[in-house]
Amino acid sequence: MLLAEQALNGLQYGMMLFLMAAGLTLVFGVMGLINLAHGSLYMLGAYACAWVAAATGSFALGLAASLAAAAAAGAVVEVAVIRRLYARDHLEQVLATFALILVFSEGTRWVFGSFPLYLTLPGALSGAVTLPGGLQYPLFRLAIIATGAAVALGLWLLIGRTRLGIRIRAGEADREMVAALGVDIARLYTMVFALGAALAGLAGALVGTIQSVQVGMGEPVLILAFVVIVIGGIGSIKGAFVAALLVGLTDALGKALLPSLFARVMEASAANGIGAALGSMLIYILMAAVLIWRPEGLYGARA
Amino acid sequence: MKTRTILLSTLAAMALGASGATAEGIKVGMITTLSGGGAGLGIDVRDGFDLALKMAGASDVEVIVEDDQQKPDIAVQIADKMIQSDQVDVLTGIIWSNLAMAVVPAAVAQGKFYLSPNAGPSPLAGAGCDKNYFNVAWQNDNLHEAAGAYANSAGYKNSFMLAPNYPAGTDAITGYKRFYTGAAAGEVYTQLGQTDYAAEIAQIRASGADSVFFFLPGGMGIAFMKQYAESGVDIPLVGPAFSFDQNILQAVGDAALGVHNTSQWNKDLDNPANKAFVEAFQAEYGRLPSLYASQGFDTANLLLSAKAKADVGDQDAFRAALEAADFASTRGDFKFGPNHHPIQDIYVREVVKEGDVYTNKVVGVALEDRGDAYAEECKM
Repeated sequence: MLLAEQALNGLQYGMMLFLMAAGLTLVFGVMGLINLAHGSLYMLGAYACAWVAAATGSFALGLAASLAAAAAAGAVVEVAVIRRLYARDHLEQVLATFALILVFSEGTRWVFGSFPLYLTLPGALSGAVTLPGGLQYPLFRLAIIATGAAVALGLWLLIGRTRLGIRIRAGEADREMVAALGVDIARLYTMVFALGAALAGLAGALVGTIQSVQVGMGEPVLILAFVVIVIGGIGSIKGAFVAALLVGLTDALGKALLPSLFARVMEASAANGIGAALGSMLIYILMAAVLIWRPEGLYGARA
Repeated sequence: MKTRTILLSTLAAMALGASGATAEGIKVGMITTLSGGGAGLGIDVRDGFDLALKMAGASDVEVIVEDDQQKPDIAVQIADKMIQSDQVDVLTGIIWSNLAMAVVPAAVAQGKFYLSPNAGPSPLAGAGCDKNYFNVAWQNDNLHEAAGAYANSAGYKNSFMLAPNYPAGTDAITGYKRFYTGAAAGEVYTQLGQTDYAAEIAQIRASGADSVFFFLPGGMGIAFMKQYAESGVDIPLVGPAFSFDQNILQAVGDAALGVHNTSQWNKDLDNPANKAFVEAFQAEYGRLPSLYASQGFDTANLLLSAKAKADVGDQDAFRAALEAADFASTRGDFKFGPNHHPIQDIYVREVVKEGDVYTNKVVGVALEDRGDAYAEECKM
């Protein structure tokens, strides 16, 4: 029972990481840009959702606002700042996007204050449901899993089956050639960036609802999202999906299983401490192992 | 008019200053948490402290407030700056025990007074106590000891225990177990500042416990309570006031109703100082005070009571004046034990709804005249 519940927790965590990592990996794959400010877009989505939901009383409007606000912010940032960075090297991109983190964080603190905001779950999504097998699980976390799966499917269709998807893949392969064929590459980049931002905003809104909405909430998630895209292979949506679930499940199951595993050979409190410490290291150990086995990541194209 | 009064009082202070009289002002450095998930606690301590100064009309107490962002390294930097460049006489304000452990020993070693409005880690109450360190709130274990005593009287036999992995978290579980006589269904330390408790809730569900004792101050408690309510687990919760205080309850909502928690203070304690405090706090800030606010308020009043008796420059006299604790506490009876930690009653409260507002009411006394377990180890 504990295992099943932890597996669901891992799945939910993985889906949330996927929403973050999908945008990050698209932007990195298509434009070759390292975007540290992705976590700020996550935070922005959460604040937009909290603010609109509080003002209108509708959680659905809040979610729509999180998508719209993050996409709009993403588009504006792309046009105003990011566009100048494509030709620069990665260090300059890191510096500029780190500056964006500071601007976003302080700006948000200025507008909303330092005190965290809390969202109330809509009645239809609150409480727990009993799953087959008798396990009770919070409905909203199931909704996050479903949302993540739907987004994964949507992205797969978008990239694989639509004209926009063809252009995105083409832009990834050869930027100059696509431009020479008459595709407006600048507009394409803005759209991809806004799409990634919207996904991050959605993730922020969903997570903010069960946890809390506060300044700086995006950075810990950003680090994990980078772990995910490194494991999955940079630029690969499929890789991001598999790696996000792998990281989520490893983290949740490791934290649940390791302490009881250690408890068989040592005293309970020591086992707890070591198990918990090792549990939080586990995803980085996983990353190291994957990189030794496949330096380009699970689905990475470039060696 | 106002300028003239200030001018006159400055002149008076200068005239008296030479003779070393008690009219000299005090410079207080307040290091507290004003941003992030723990901001509510620091804001309440600061507001309670300011309110006491305002009510007493103490214009000669200068307070410098800085935000430590709940980070030990930043707290240490601020303390160094306050001691060296601002030359404060008294430091106060720290909320978190890991920050207190980083700042307090160095500050008192440099001859500053430190009045703790919140954190009371066990090392500073025992072997690491200091003559210039006073705790006006409680030793960390206290409210948890009371929670353990309450768990016995409620008939709980198998508790699951949950606390963050930092000094106050280990003190919490130690304190709970000191009085609680039942078995442990599980004992889990979480990360400080953690916001997702899905894994811990799964463990609680699987543990077969009959009660959950948890200590998760600030935003951690809000996140845990909300997620616990959503999870469908209905094992009763017990905890110290920190998890059910005024600044948490509104965000938690119905999920907290009826939960019992332990506190050295509540807004309905029947004494004149408390009545005046609760009324003035609501009038000044438009919200109900929390226990953190009461602790900030008491800290300032302790400082004022000592200042009325002695000059802060005369350390021995000032220390004796602090030890006397000659002020009207919002908790009623209050005195210091030999290790400069409070001896006070600790109450059991229940979360109730008054109109639209979630708050606590006192339903009994858990421990009377409780000092702490470490006083014997303290050699001053």
